[in-house]
Amino acid sequence: MSTVKAITGDVAVAEAMRSIEPDVVGVYPITPQTIIVEAYAEYVARGEVQTEFVPAESEHSAISICVGAAAAGARTMTCTSSQGLALMWEVLPIASGMRLPIVMFDVNRAISAPINIHCDHSDTMGARDTGWLQIYSENAQEAYDNFIQAVRIAEHPDVQLPTMVMMDGFVISHAIQRVEVLDDAVVKKFVGERKADYPLLDIDNPVTWGSFDGLGGWFMEFKKDQMQAIENAKQVSLDVAKEYAKISGREYGLFESYKMDDADYAIIVINSTAGTAKTVVDTLREKGVKAGLIKIRMYRPFPASEIVAALNNCKAVAVMDRVPGYVDIGGPLFEDVQVACYQEGVNIPLVNYIYGLGGRDILTSHIESVYSDLETIAKTGKVASPVNYLGIKE
Amino acid sequence: MSKKWDYKNVNARNIPRGAVIPEAGTADDYETGGWRTKHPEVDKDKCINCLFCYMYCPDSAVITKDGKLVGFDLKHCKGCGICAVECKKDAIKMENG
Ligand code: SF4
Ligand code: SF4
Repeated sequence: MSTVKAITGDVAVAEAMRSIEPDVVGVYPITPQTIIVEAYAEYVARGEVQTEFVPAESEHSAISICVGAAAAGARTMTCTSSQGLALMWEVLPIASGMRLPIVMFDVNRAISAPINIHCDHSDTMGARDTGWLQIYSENAQEAYDNFIQAVRIAEHPDVQLPTMVMMDGFVISHAIQRVEVLDDAVVKKFVGERKADYPLLDIDNPVTWGSFDGLGGWFMEFKKDQMQAIENAKQVSLDVAKEYAKISGREYGLFESYKMDDADYAIIVINSTAGTAKTVVDTLREKGVKAGLIKIRMYRPFPASEIVAALNNCKAVAVMDRVPGYVDIGGPLFEDVQVACYQEGVNIPLVNYIYGLGGRDILTSHIESVYSDLETIAKTGKVASPVNYLGIKE
Repeated sequence: MSKKWDYKNVNARNIPRGAVIPEAGTADDYETGGWRTKHPEVDKDKCINCLFCYMYCPDSAVITKDGKLVGFDLKHCKGCGICAVECKKDAIKMENG
Protein backbone atom coordinates (compact mmCIF):
# COMPACT_ATOMS: atom_id res chain seq x y z
CA MET A 1 0.00 0.00 0.00
CA SER A 2 2.96 2.35 0.56
CA THR A 3 6.71 2.40 -0.07
CA VAL A 4 9.30 4.01 2.16
CA LYS A 5 11.63 6.20 0.15
CA ALA A 6 14.63 8.36 0.98
CA ILE A 7 13.82 11.50 -0.99
CA THR A 8 14.00 15.27 -0.75
CA GLY A 9 10.97 17.40 0.07
CA ASP A 10 10.75 18.56 -3.55
CA VAL A 11 10.77 14.98 -4.85
CA ALA A 12 8.12 14.03 -2.27
CA VAL A 13 5.85 16.76 -3.68
CA ALA A 14 6.58 15.61 -7.24
CA GLU A 15 5.68 12.04 -6.20
CA ALA A 16 2.37 13.29 -4.79
CA MET A 17 1.72 15.18 -8.02
CA ARG A 18 2.51 12.12 -10.12
CA SER A 19 -0.01 10.05 -8.21
CA ILE A 20 -2.66 12.78 -8.37
CA GLU A 21 -1.94 13.27 -12.09
CA PRO A 22 -3.69 16.62 -12.56
CA ASP A 23 -5.16 17.45 -15.97
CA VAL A 24 -3.15 20.62 -16.39
CA VAL A 25 0.06 21.91 -14.81
CA GLY A 26 1.12 25.48 -15.64
CA VAL A 27 4.56 26.27 -14.19
CA TYR A 28 7.69 28.34 -14.28
CA PRO A 29 10.86 27.18 -12.50
CA ILE A 30 12.27 29.05 -9.49
CA THR A 31 14.66 27.98 -6.75
CA PRO A 32 14.05 26.13 -4.44
CA GLN A 33 10.92 24.75 -6.10
CA THR A 34 12.54 23.92 -9.46
CA ILE A 35 13.19 20.26 -8.65
CA ILE A 36 9.42 19.68 -8.42
CA VAL A 37 8.73 20.91 -11.95
CA GLU A 38 11.84 19.23 -13.33
CA ALA A 39 10.76 15.91 -11.86
CA TYR A 40 7.22 16.39 -13.12
CA ALA A 41 8.44 17.31 -16.61
CA GLU A 42 10.29 13.99 -16.62
CA TYR A 43 7.16 12.06 -15.69
CA VAL A 44 5.39 13.78 -18.58
CA ALA A 45 8.27 13.10 -21.00
CA ARG A 46 8.36 9.43 -20.02
CA GLY A 47 4.62 9.14 -20.53
CA GLU A 48 4.00 8.20 -16.90
CA VAL A 49 1.30 10.86 -16.66
CA GLN A 50 -1.09 12.27 -19.23
CA THR A 51 -1.01 15.81 -17.82
CA GLU A 52 -1.08 18.80 -20.18
CA PHE A 53 2.20 20.33 -18.99
CA VAL A 54 2.57 24.00 -19.90
CA PRO A 55 5.99 25.57 -19.21
CA ALA A 56 5.01 29.25 -19.15
CA GLU A 57 7.12 32.35 -19.80
CA SER A 58 6.54 33.72 -16.29
CA GLU A 59 4.73 32.90 -13.06
CA HIS A 60 2.04 35.42 -13.94
CA SER A 61 1.33 33.35 -17.04
CA ALA A 62 1.66 30.05 -15.15
CA ILE A 63 -1.10 30.94 -12.70
CA SER A 64 -3.20 32.51 -15.48
CA ILE A 65 -2.98 29.21 -17.39
CA CYS A 66 -4.23 27.49 -14.23
CA VAL A 67 -7.16 29.92 -13.95
CA GLY A 68 -8.25 29.28 -17.54
CA ALA A 69 -7.78 25.53 -17.26
CA ALA A 70 -9.60 25.33 -13.92
CA ALA A 71 -12.53 27.31 -15.35
CA ALA A 72 -12.55 24.85 -18.24
CA GLY A 73 -13.09 22.12 -15.64
CA ALA A 74 -9.58 20.71 -15.35
CA ARG A 75 -7.85 19.68 -12.14
CA THR A 76 -5.01 22.16 -12.16
CA MET A 77 -1.74 22.55 -10.28
CA THR A 78 1.27 24.83 -10.13
CA CYS A 79 4.37 25.32 -7.98
CA THR A 80 6.40 28.36 -7.10
CA SER A 81 8.56 30.18 -4.55
CA SER A 82 9.38 33.71 -3.43
CA GLN A 83 9.46 36.25 -6.31
CA GLY A 84 7.50 33.76 -8.38
CA LEU A 85 4.59 33.93 -5.97
CA ALA A 86 4.99 37.71 -5.87
CA LEU A 87 4.62 37.83 -9.65
CA MET A 88 1.51 35.66 -9.41
CA TRP A 89 -0.06 38.01 -6.89
CA GLU A 90 -2.35 39.86 -9.29
CA VAL A 91 -4.01 36.60 -10.28
CA LEU A 92 -4.28 35.05 -6.80
CA PRO A 93 -7.46 36.92 -5.75
CA ILE A 94 -8.89 36.32 -9.24
CA ALA A 95 -8.49 32.57 -8.75
CA SER A 96 -10.15 32.70 -5.32
CA GLY A 97 -12.88 35.15 -6.40
CA MET A 98 -13.72 32.86 -9.31
CA ARG A 99 -13.75 29.97 -6.82
CA LEU A 100 -11.31 27.87 -8.80
CA PRO A 101 -9.83 25.00 -6.76
CA ILE A 102 -6.28 25.31 -8.11
CA VAL A 103 -3.72 23.57 -5.89
CA MET A 104 -0.30 25.18 -5.63
CA PHE A 105 2.86 24.14 -3.86
CA ASP A 106 5.00 27.00 -2.60
CA VAL A 107 8.44 26.17 -1.27
CA ASN A 108 9.00 28.99 1.19
CA ARG A 109 11.82 31.35 0.27
CA ALA A 110 12.69 34.90 1.29
CA ILE A 111 11.54 37.86 -0.81
CA SER A 112 14.26 40.19 -2.18
CA ALA A 113 16.07 42.53 -1.52
CA PRO A 114 18.81 41.68 -0.81
CA ILE A 115 18.56 38.67 -3.12
CA ASN A 116 18.38 35.55 -1.02
CA ILE A 117 17.36 32.08 -2.12
CA HIS A 118 16.95 30.63 1.37
CA CYS A 119 13.98 30.04 3.56
CA ASP A 120 11.70 32.40 5.31
CA HIS A 121 7.95 32.80 5.06
CA SER A 122 7.74 36.30 3.60
CA ASP A 123 6.49 34.97 0.24
CA THR A 124 3.36 33.17 1.41
CA MET A 125 2.74 35.45 4.38
CA GLY A 126 2.46 38.26 1.83
CA ALA A 127 -0.28 36.23 0.10
CA ARG A 128 -2.10 35.16 3.25
CA ASP A 129 -5.16 37.31 2.63
CA THR A 130 -5.74 36.65 -1.06
CA GLY A 131 -8.64 34.26 -0.43
CA TRP A 132 -6.47 31.15 -0.84
CA LEU A 133 -6.36 28.46 1.80
CA GLN A 134 -2.90 27.99 3.29
CA ILE A 135 -1.56 24.72 4.68
CA TYR A 136 1.96 24.54 6.12
CA SER A 137 4.13 21.43 6.50
CA GLU A 138 6.95 20.60 8.94
CA ASN A 139 8.78 18.05 6.81
CA ALA A 140 8.72 16.15 3.51
CA GLN A 141 6.15 13.62 4.74
CA GLU A 142 3.75 16.36 5.78
CA ALA A 143 4.32 18.21 2.50
CA TYR A 144 3.43 15.01 0.64
CA ASP A 145 0.38 14.29 2.80
CA ASN A 146 -0.88 17.87 2.79
CA PHE A 147 -0.54 18.22 -0.97
CA ILE A 148 -2.73 15.17 -1.59
CA GLN A 149 -5.34 16.29 0.95
CA ALA A 150 -5.32 19.82 -0.49
CA VAL A 151 -6.95 18.53 -3.68
CA ARG A 152 -9.92 17.18 -1.74
CA ILE A 153 -10.21 20.25 0.49
CA ALA A 154 -9.98 22.72 -2.42
CA GLU A 155 -12.52 20.87 -4.56
CA HIS A 156 -15.01 20.13 -1.80
CA PRO A 157 -18.47 21.52 -2.73
CA ASP A 158 -18.59 23.56 0.50
CA VAL A 159 -15.20 25.11 -0.23
CA GLN A 160 -14.25 25.42 -3.94
CA LEU A 161 -11.22 27.59 -3.24
CA PRO A 162 -7.63 27.60 -4.44
CA THR A 163 -5.21 26.18 -1.90
CA MET A 164 -1.49 26.61 -1.37
CA VAL A 165 0.64 24.12 0.51
CA MET A 166 4.02 25.07 1.92
CA MET A 167 7.28 23.65 3.24
CA ASP A 168 10.58 25.30 4.08
CA GLY A 169 13.08 25.95 1.28
CA PHE A 170 16.33 23.94 1.30
CA VAL A 171 16.19 22.57 4.86
CA ILE A 172 13.17 20.53 3.76
CA SER A 173 12.92 20.95 -0.02
CA HIS A 174 16.52 19.82 -0.62
CA ALA A 175 17.14 17.54 2.39
CA ILE A 176 16.69 13.80 2.01
CA GLN A 177 14.18 12.42 4.45
CA ARG A 178 12.21 9.25 5.05
CA VAL A 179 8.89 9.51 3.25
CA GLU A 180 6.13 6.95 3.01
CA VAL A 181 4.81 7.20 -0.52
CA LEU A 182 1.37 5.75 -1.21
CA ASP A 183 0.65 3.67 -4.28
CA ASP A 184 -0.57 5.68 -7.27
CA ALA A 185 -3.85 3.78 -7.36
CA VAL A 186 -4.57 4.52 -3.69
CA VAL A 187 -3.98 8.24 -4.19
CA LYS A 188 -6.01 8.31 -7.41
CA LYS A 189 -8.93 6.66 -5.64
CA PHE A 190 -8.61 9.11 -2.73
CA VAL A 191 -8.65 12.25 -4.88
CA GLY A 192 -11.20 10.90 -7.37
CA GLU A 193 -12.34 12.89 -10.40
CA ARG A 194 -12.86 16.64 -10.25
CA LYS A 195 -16.51 17.53 -10.68
CA ALA A 196 -16.53 21.12 -11.88
CA ASP A 197 -19.67 23.23 -11.45
CA TYR A 198 -19.68 25.31 -14.61
CA PRO A 199 -16.95 23.89 -16.87
CA LEU A 200 -16.27 26.06 -19.90
CA LEU A 201 -15.68 22.91 -21.95
CA ASP A 202 -19.28 21.79 -21.43
CA ILE A 203 -20.44 23.14 -24.76
CA ASP A 204 -24.02 21.99 -24.21
CA ASN A 205 -24.28 24.34 -21.23
CA PRO A 206 -22.36 27.48 -22.17
CA VAL A 207 -21.58 29.89 -19.33
CA THR A 208 -19.96 33.28 -18.84
CA TRP A 209 -16.86 33.52 -16.62
CA GLY A 210 -15.15 36.67 -15.45
CA SER A 211 -18.09 38.98 -15.98
CA PHE A 212 -18.40 42.54 -14.67
CA ASP A 213 -20.18 43.25 -11.40
CA GLY A 214 -20.25 46.91 -10.55
CA LEU A 215 -22.41 49.30 -8.55
CA GLY A 216 -25.83 47.83 -7.89
CA GLY A 217 -24.39 44.34 -8.33
CA TRP A 218 -23.51 41.61 -5.86
CA PHE A 219 -19.82 42.24 -5.22
CA MET A 220 -20.12 42.37 -1.43
CA GLU A 221 -22.33 39.29 -1.34
CA PHE A 222 -19.79 37.35 -3.42
CA LYS A 223 -17.07 38.37 -0.96
CA LYS A 224 -19.16 37.34 2.05
CA ASP A 225 -19.84 34.02 0.33
CA GLN A 226 -16.11 33.55 -0.16
CA MET A 227 -15.45 34.19 3.53
CA GLN A 228 -18.04 31.55 4.40
CA ALA A 229 -16.30 29.07 2.09
CA ILE A 230 -12.97 29.80 3.80
CA GLU A 231 -14.58 29.09 7.17
CA ASN A 232 -16.11 25.88 5.81
CA ALA A 233 -12.61 24.69 4.96
CA LYS A 234 -11.94 24.13 8.68
CA GLN A 235 -14.46 21.33 9.05
CA VAL A 236 -13.81 20.01 5.54
CA SER A 237 -10.07 19.73 6.21
CA LEU A 238 -10.77 17.75 9.38
CA ASP A 239 -13.15 15.42 7.53
CA VAL A 240 -10.64 14.93 4.72
CA ALA A 241 -7.91 14.28 7.32
CA LYS A 242 -9.98 11.47 8.84
CA GLU A 243 -10.39 9.84 5.43
CA TYR A 244 -6.70 10.31 4.68
CA ALA A 245 -5.80 8.63 7.97
CA LYS A 246 -7.56 5.52 6.70
CA ILE A 247 -5.23 5.18 3.70
CA SER A 248 -2.05 6.49 5.30
CA GLY A 249 -2.24 5.91 9.05
CA ARG A 250 -1.46 9.62 9.57
CA GLU A 251 -4.13 12.04 10.75
CA TYR A 252 -3.78 15.80 10.79
CA GLY A 253 -5.59 18.55 12.67
CA LEU A 254 -5.84 22.29 12.08
CA PHE A 255 -2.63 22.51 14.09
CA GLU A 256 -0.49 20.08 16.04
CA SER A 257 -0.47 20.31 19.83
CA TYR A 258 2.78 18.90 21.20
CA LYS A 259 2.76 18.25 24.96
CA MET A 260 0.22 21.03 25.44
CA ASP A 261 -2.13 19.29 27.88
CA ASP A 262 -0.40 20.59 31.01
CA ALA A 263 1.97 23.11 29.41
CA ASP A 264 2.88 26.28 31.31
CA TYR A 265 5.01 27.69 28.51
CA ALA A 266 4.18 27.33 24.85
CA ILE A 267 5.74 28.26 21.54
CA ILE A 268 3.61 28.68 18.42
CA VAL A 269 5.56 28.07 15.26
CA ILE A 270 5.15 27.25 11.56
CA ASN A 271 6.97 24.66 9.39
CA SER A 272 10.35 23.00 9.97
CA THR A 273 11.36 24.94 13.09
CA ALA A 274 8.66 22.96 14.90
CA GLY A 275 10.98 19.94 14.57
CA THR A 276 13.86 21.78 16.26
CA ALA A 277 11.53 23.14 18.93
CA LYS A 278 10.08 19.70 19.77
CA THR A 279 13.58 18.49 20.66
CA VAL A 280 13.87 21.41 23.05
CA VAL A 281 10.44 20.66 24.53
CA ASP A 282 11.57 17.06 25.18
CA THR A 283 14.78 18.21 26.88
CA LEU A 284 12.93 20.74 29.03
CA ARG A 285 10.32 18.16 29.99
CA GLU A 286 13.13 15.89 31.24
CA LYS A 287 14.20 18.78 33.47
CA GLY A 288 10.66 19.17 34.78
CA VAL A 289 9.81 22.35 32.82
CA LYS A 290 6.28 22.12 31.48
CA ALA A 291 7.04 23.17 27.93
CA GLY A 292 4.68 22.68 24.99
CA LEU A 293 4.35 23.61 21.37
CA ILE A 294 1.71 24.42 18.80
CA LYS A 295 2.58 23.95 15.15
CA ILE A 296 0.25 25.69 12.72
CA ARG A 297 -0.93 23.53 9.83
CA MET A 298 -4.00 25.39 8.59
CA TYR A 299 -3.17 29.09 8.60
CA ARG A 300 -6.02 30.21 6.31
CA PRO A 301 -8.65 29.71 7.59
CA PHE A 302 -7.06 30.70 10.87
CA PRO A 303 -8.14 28.38 13.70
CA ALA A 304 -8.44 31.28 16.15
CA SER A 305 -10.75 29.96 18.86
CA GLU A 306 -9.21 26.48 18.64
CA ILE A 307 -5.71 27.88 19.27
CA VAL A 308 -6.89 30.02 22.17
CA ALA A 309 -8.56 26.97 23.73
CA ALA A 310 -5.29 25.04 23.43
CA LEU A 311 -3.35 27.91 25.08
CA ASN A 312 -5.84 28.63 27.82
CA ASN A 313 -3.85 27.18 30.74
CA CYS A 314 -0.48 28.55 29.71
CA LYS A 315 1.36 31.11 31.83
CA ALA A 316 3.20 32.68 28.91
CA VAL A 317 3.27 32.10 25.16
CA ALA A 318 5.85 32.90 22.48
CA VAL A 319 4.82 33.31 18.84
CA MET A 320 7.53 32.78 16.24
CA ASP A 321 7.34 34.64 12.93
CA ARG A 322 9.71 33.79 10.09
CA VAL A 323 8.95 37.01 8.26
CA PRO A 324 10.01 40.61 8.78
CA GLY A 325 6.75 42.09 10.03
CA TYR A 326 7.50 45.67 8.95
CA VAL A 327 5.19 46.84 11.72
CA ASP A 328 6.48 47.32 15.23
CA ILE A 329 3.57 45.41 16.75
CA GLY A 330 5.03 42.12 15.48
CA GLY A 331 4.78 39.53 12.73
CA PRO A 332 1.55 38.27 11.13
CA LEU A 333 1.18 35.11 13.22
CA PHE A 334 1.73 37.16 16.37
CA GLU A 335 -0.96 39.63 15.33
CA ASP A 336 -3.39 36.82 14.57
CA VAL A 337 -2.78 35.06 17.90
CA GLN A 338 -3.05 38.35 19.80
CA VAL A 339 -6.34 39.23 18.14
CA ALA A 340 -7.66 35.71 18.72
CA CYS A 341 -6.82 35.87 22.45
CA TYR A 342 -8.36 39.32 22.78
CA GLN A 343 -11.54 38.24 21.02
CA GLU A 344 -11.87 35.23 23.29
CA GLY A 345 -11.17 37.36 26.36
CA VAL A 346 -8.04 35.39 27.24
CA ASN A 347 -5.25 37.49 28.69
CA ILE A 348 -2.03 35.44 28.55
CA PRO A 349 1.29 37.30 28.26
CA LEU A 350 2.34 36.98 24.60
CA VAL A 351 5.76 37.65 23.14
CA ASN A 352 6.91 37.67 19.53
CA TYR A 353 10.18 36.42 18.04
CA ILE A 354 11.24 37.20 14.47
CA TYR A 355 13.68 34.47 13.39
CA GLY A 356 15.32 32.65 10.52
CA LEU A 357 15.04 35.44 7.95
CA GLY A 358 16.76 34.62 4.66
CA GLY A 359 17.61 31.14 5.93
CA ARG A 360 19.38 32.27 9.12
CA ASP A 361 20.00 29.16 11.22
CA ILE A 362 17.69 28.55 14.13
CA LEU A 363 19.40 26.52 16.83
CA THR A 364 18.09 24.60 19.82
CA SER A 365 19.90 27.19 21.98
CA HIS A 366 17.74 29.92 20.43
CA ILE A 367 14.57 28.02 21.25
CA GLU A 368 15.85 27.32 24.79
CA SER A 369 16.35 31.05 25.27
CA VAL A 370 12.73 31.61 24.25
CA TYR A 371 11.44 29.15 26.85
CA SER A 372 13.65 30.72 29.49
CA ASP A 373 12.27 34.16 28.53
CA LEU A 374 8.79 32.70 28.97
CA GLU A 375 9.64 31.53 32.49
CA THR A 376 10.80 35.05 33.36
CA ILE A 377 7.68 36.60 31.82
CA ALA A 378 5.46 34.22 33.80
CA LYS A 379 7.33 35.00 37.02
CA THR A 380 7.32 38.80 36.62
CA GLY A 381 3.99 39.00 34.79
CA LYS A 382 5.63 41.51 32.47
CA VAL A 383 6.55 41.36 28.78
CA ALA A 384 9.53 43.67 28.75
CA SER A 385 9.94 43.57 24.98
CA PRO A 386 6.96 42.36 22.91
CA VAL A 387 8.84 41.97 19.60
CA ASN A 388 12.32 40.42 19.56
CA TYR A 389 14.84 39.07 17.05
CA LEU A 390 16.36 35.62 17.49
CA GLY A 391 19.87 34.83 16.26
CA ILE A 392 20.65 38.39 15.15
CA LYS A 393 24.35 39.28 14.77
CA GLU A 394 25.47 42.00 17.17
CA MET B 1 -32.76 34.20 -26.71
CA SER B 2 -34.05 31.63 -24.24
CA LYS B 3 -33.25 32.41 -20.65
CA LYS B 4 -32.06 29.52 -18.49
CA TRP B 5 -31.24 31.83 -15.68
CA ASP B 6 -33.58 34.36 -14.16
CA TYR B 7 -30.97 37.07 -13.70
CA LYS B 8 -33.55 39.76 -12.91
CA ASN B 9 -34.56 37.87 -9.75
CA VAL B 10 -31.17 37.33 -8.23
CA ASN B 11 -30.82 37.56 -4.47
CA ALA B 12 -27.98 37.13 -2.00
CA ARG B 13 -28.81 33.45 -1.61
CA ASN B 14 -28.95 32.41 -5.24
CA ILE B 15 -26.03 34.32 -6.75
CA PRO B 16 -23.97 31.74 -8.65
CA ARG B 17 -20.63 30.75 -7.14
CA GLY B 18 -17.62 32.64 -8.47
CA ALA B 19 -19.84 35.24 -10.20
CA VAL B 20 -20.40 32.82 -13.06
CA ILE B 21 -23.34 33.63 -15.29
CA PRO B 22 -24.79 30.21 -16.05
CA GLU B 23 -25.51 30.99 -19.68
CA ALA B 24 -23.64 32.47 -22.62
CA GLY B 25 -24.23 35.44 -24.90
CA THR B 26 -25.39 37.67 -22.07
CA ALA B 27 -23.81 40.76 -23.64
CA ASP B 28 -27.10 40.95 -25.55
CA ASP B 29 -28.79 41.95 -22.28
CA TYR B 30 -26.26 44.65 -21.53
CA GLU B 31 -27.64 47.77 -23.18
CA THR B 32 -24.53 49.76 -23.96
CA GLY B 33 -26.70 52.22 -25.89
CA GLY B 34 -27.12 54.08 -22.60
CA TRP B 35 -23.53 55.33 -22.85
CA ARG B 36 -24.15 57.13 -26.16
CA THR B 37 -23.86 60.87 -26.72
CA LYS B 38 -23.79 60.64 -30.55
CA HIS B 39 -25.36 58.17 -32.93
CA PRO B 40 -24.49 57.15 -36.51
CA GLU B 41 -26.64 58.16 -39.44
CA VAL B 42 -26.09 56.67 -42.87
CA ASP B 43 -26.46 58.42 -46.20
CA LYS B 44 -27.85 55.62 -48.38
CA ASP B 45 -26.90 57.51 -51.56
CA LYS B 46 -23.22 57.21 -50.65
CA CYS B 47 -23.36 53.74 -49.07
CA ILE B 48 -22.17 50.84 -51.29
CA ASN B 49 -23.08 48.15 -48.72
CA CYS B 50 -19.48 46.98 -48.31
CA LEU B 51 -20.34 46.27 -44.63
CA PHE B 52 -16.98 47.44 -43.30
CA CYS B 53 -19.00 49.23 -40.62
CA TYR B 54 -20.66 45.93 -39.69
CA MET B 55 -17.29 44.20 -39.30
CA TYR B 56 -15.69 46.99 -37.30
CA CYS B 57 -18.55 47.74 -34.91
CA PRO B 58 -17.42 46.51 -31.46
CA ASP B 59 -21.03 46.07 -30.28
CA SER B 60 -22.52 44.26 -33.28
CA ALA B 61 -24.90 47.21 -33.55
CA VAL B 62 -24.98 47.49 -37.34
CA ILE B 63 -28.17 45.86 -38.61
CA THR B 64 -28.03 44.14 -41.98
CA LYS B 65 -30.53 42.33 -44.16
CA ASP B 66 -29.75 40.32 -47.30
CA GLY B 67 -26.17 41.61 -47.28
CA LYS B 68 -27.24 45.23 -47.06
CA LEU B 69 -26.92 47.81 -44.31
CA VAL B 70 -30.37 48.69 -43.01
CA GLY B 71 -29.66 50.67 -39.85
CA PHE B 72 -28.26 50.68 -36.32
CA ASP B 73 -29.37 48.94 -33.16
CA LEU B 74 -29.51 51.90 -30.79
CA LYS B 75 -29.96 49.69 -27.70
CA HIS B 76 -26.39 48.56 -28.18
CA CYS B 77 -24.73 51.28 -30.31
CA LYS B 78 -22.58 53.17 -27.79
CA GLY B 79 -21.76 55.94 -30.27
CA CYS B 80 -18.04 55.27 -30.49
CA GLY B 81 -17.89 56.44 -34.11
CA ILE B 82 -15.65 53.63 -35.33
CA CYS B 83 -18.10 52.86 -38.16
CA ALA B 84 -17.96 56.48 -39.33
CA VAL B 85 -14.14 56.46 -39.34
CA GLU B 86 -13.86 53.10 -41.11
CA CYS B 87 -16.44 53.84 -43.83
CA LYS B 88 -14.40 54.41 -47.01
CA LYS B 89 -17.32 56.18 -48.67
CA ASP B 90 -17.81 58.74 -45.92
CA ALA B 91 -21.42 57.59 -45.75
CA ILE B 92 -21.78 57.71 -41.95
CA LYS B 93 -22.08 60.92 -39.94
CA MET B 94 -22.19 61.01 -36.15
CA GLU B 95 -25.12 63.14 -34.98
CA ASN B 96 -26.06 64.25 -31.47
CA GLY B 97 -28.29 62.01 -29.37
S1 SF4 C 1 -18.86 51.07 -44.35
FE1 SF4 C 1 -19.95 52.81 -45.29
S2 SF4 C 1 -20.28 52.13 -47.37
FE2 SF4 C 1 -19.76 50.32 -46.24
S3 SF4 C 1 -21.73 49.51 -45.62
FE3 SF4 C 1 -21.05 50.79 -43.94
S4 SF4 C 1 -21.94 52.74 -44.38
FE4 SF4 C 1 -22.09 51.58 -46.23
S1 SF4 D 1 -21.02 54.21 -33.44
FE1 SF4 D 1 -19.77 52.51 -32.68
S2 SF4 D 1 -21.21 51.23 -31.65
FE2 SF4 D 1 -22.44 52.59 -32.88
S3 SF4 D 1 -22.75 51.46 -34.78
FE3 SF4 D 1 -20.96 52.73 -35.07
S4 SF4 D 1 -19.25 51.39 -34.52
FE4 SF4 D 1 -21.10 50.45 -33.71
